[in-house]
Amino acid sequence: MTEVALPAPEPGESSPPEGAATLGGRSAGDIVYRTLTTAFAVAIPVLLGFITFEVVAAAWPALRVFGFGFLTSSVWDPVRNQFGAAPMIYGTIVSSILALVLAAPLALGVAIFLSEFCPRWLRRPLAFFVDLLAAIPSVVYGLWGIFFLLPLLREKVMPFLATTLGLGSTPFFSGPAYGNSMLAAAVILAIMILPYISAVAREVLMAVPRSQREAALAMGATKWEMIRDAVVPYARTGILGGVILGLGRALGETMAVTMLIGNRHEISASLFAPGYTLASVIANEFAEATTVLHTAALMACGAVLLVVTLVVNAIARWLVWSVGREPRS
Amino acid sequence: MVGLMGFAALLATLPLIFVLIHLIRQGASSIDLAFFTRMPRPVGEAGGGMANAITGTLILVSIAASIGLPVGIGAGLYLAEQRGARLATTVRFLSDVLNGMPSIVMGIFAWHFLVRPVGHFSALAGGVALGAMMIPLVTRATEEMVRTVPTALREAALALGYPRWRTSVAIVLRTALPGIVTAALVAVARIAGETAPLLFTAFGNQFWSVSLSQPIASLPHTIYTYAKSPYDDWHRLAWAGALVLIALVLVISILARFVTRSRHGGVGD
Repeated sequence: MTEVALPAPEPGESSPPEGAATLGGRSAGDIVYRTLTTAFAVAIPVLLGFITFEVVAAAWPALRVFGFGFLTSSVWDPVRNQFGAAPMIYGTIVSSILALVLAAPLALGVAIFLSEFCPRWLRRPLAFFVDLLAAIPSVVYGLWGIFFLLPLLREKVMPFLATTLGLGSTPFFSGPAYGNSMLAAAVILAIMILPYISAVAREVLMAVPRSQREAALAMGATKWEMIRDAVVPYARTGILGGVILGLGRALGETMAVTMLIGNRHEISASLFAPGYTLASVIANEFAEATTVLHTAALMACGAVLLVVTLVVNAIARWLVWSVGREPRS
Repeated sequence: MVGLMGFAALLATLPLIFVLIHLIRQGASSIDLAFFTRMPRPVGEAGGGMANAITGTLILVSIAASIGLPVGIGAGLYLAEQRGARLATTVRFLSDVLNGMPSIVMGIFAWHFLVRPVGHFSALAGGVALGAMMIPLVTRATEEMVRTVPTALREAALALGYPRWRTSVAIVLRTALPGIVTAALVAVARIAGETAPLLFTAFGNQFWSVSLSQPIASLPHTIYTYAKSPYDDWHRLAWAGALVLIALVLVISILARFVTRSRHGGVGD
């Protein structure tokens, strides 16, 4: 009767009598549909667990031999089958933190500009432009980095920092300027994580209730004071979440870093010196790893990376969620 | 202060502009029909193309999509319909965590799962690694799109005696379909540029191969190999490959932007 008004279904055909679906019991189709979508949903935690299991299993031979010492030893000698990941852990942390230092203030500035000051007509295109930075493949950043960023750093930025600003005498900016360096990796990482931080910060800032702004304005605050004292502090937790999310991205970024960081197993205080990261050592050495232990040691680097990014991401999501519980939509 | 914030915004868009200009200047001259239809030539011989890498990327992306799309759309439907359920909250959270997992770790997973037991690299392993990356992207996008379908539409169908599953499939999913299609395209664009998970799964191949059980070439991996090489010819090809790759990604992103905007105008602001 009523079914006439609807387009697709022919009456009858496997569907139960009218009303059966909504009142009382479920139809067979409902049960199948519900089971199927639930199964797909459950597949996600299962996949996450399976990935973790496989990666740890791949790393196990090395973890069993070196144990905790894998994290603290800085000897990486494939010939003698001695492996320690300390230089890579150091490189991963330093390049990521440095990238955050470069990207976070800029990303926050972009987010504040977009959410508070930007003229309406400019907002969408500008936000889109910044988001596009995240769409560029890592390997393309690497290619661009090799042929544009490295010469720029080698010929302009590094001499400027070392000589013009006179920082060359400090341990952080000493040594010859090859180009391939911790600094180059940090700069490319900063460009790559900026859109992530800025997107989260923008959403969180826009989720700040209108009343919060109006209250500040009513107290006689200027627009800038309102942002500084009422809006940003309110969104603090979410912005922090966005920054940590960016950190998670930076820690695991592989290709661009591999192409720019110089790939050397040494801990050096100088940002001009080449380094290594957990991700780039896997990408760079896998093809030449001939012994089981060497391969397993690379996989162990992956396992360390996995654990660290899981923790970092969980913290970041939790922080973002605690603020933007009810975002737009 | 306004000026400073505006300057930050300007500064943030500079890298994009630089990258694009550089790509076009270095790559555009090497792109011709031969680039798409010819095989790579040995070093020293001019010309040659990336036919095998382009085909390889298409194959890898197809495998990934056949894994990522069904699971992602199914899970997204579940998340949107069981919004408050405890399982949904857990899945949503873990899906975000999965999304943040480094792509190289996906490569290790696929290597240990599919390459090591068999003893050789394969297109299938590469596709699985990319597919696993695609799942969380499609899941969250589908959830968002399904949520924009008005409840009234769903209630109308239920009131007319439609079973729930049919309401979801014929009414809700169909209404959200354009959004889901664009989300799927964006996810494809994202994984099409991934190199790290392919390093020890699909591995790369200098020759023509369409076999799923053999190593296969891909556009990003070829760009990586060529960029690292010391040969000018290969650098030129790397730029051309990067230009093709980024044109693909940008066209899809802009298209997606356009479609979602015309459908849900104003929602995102």
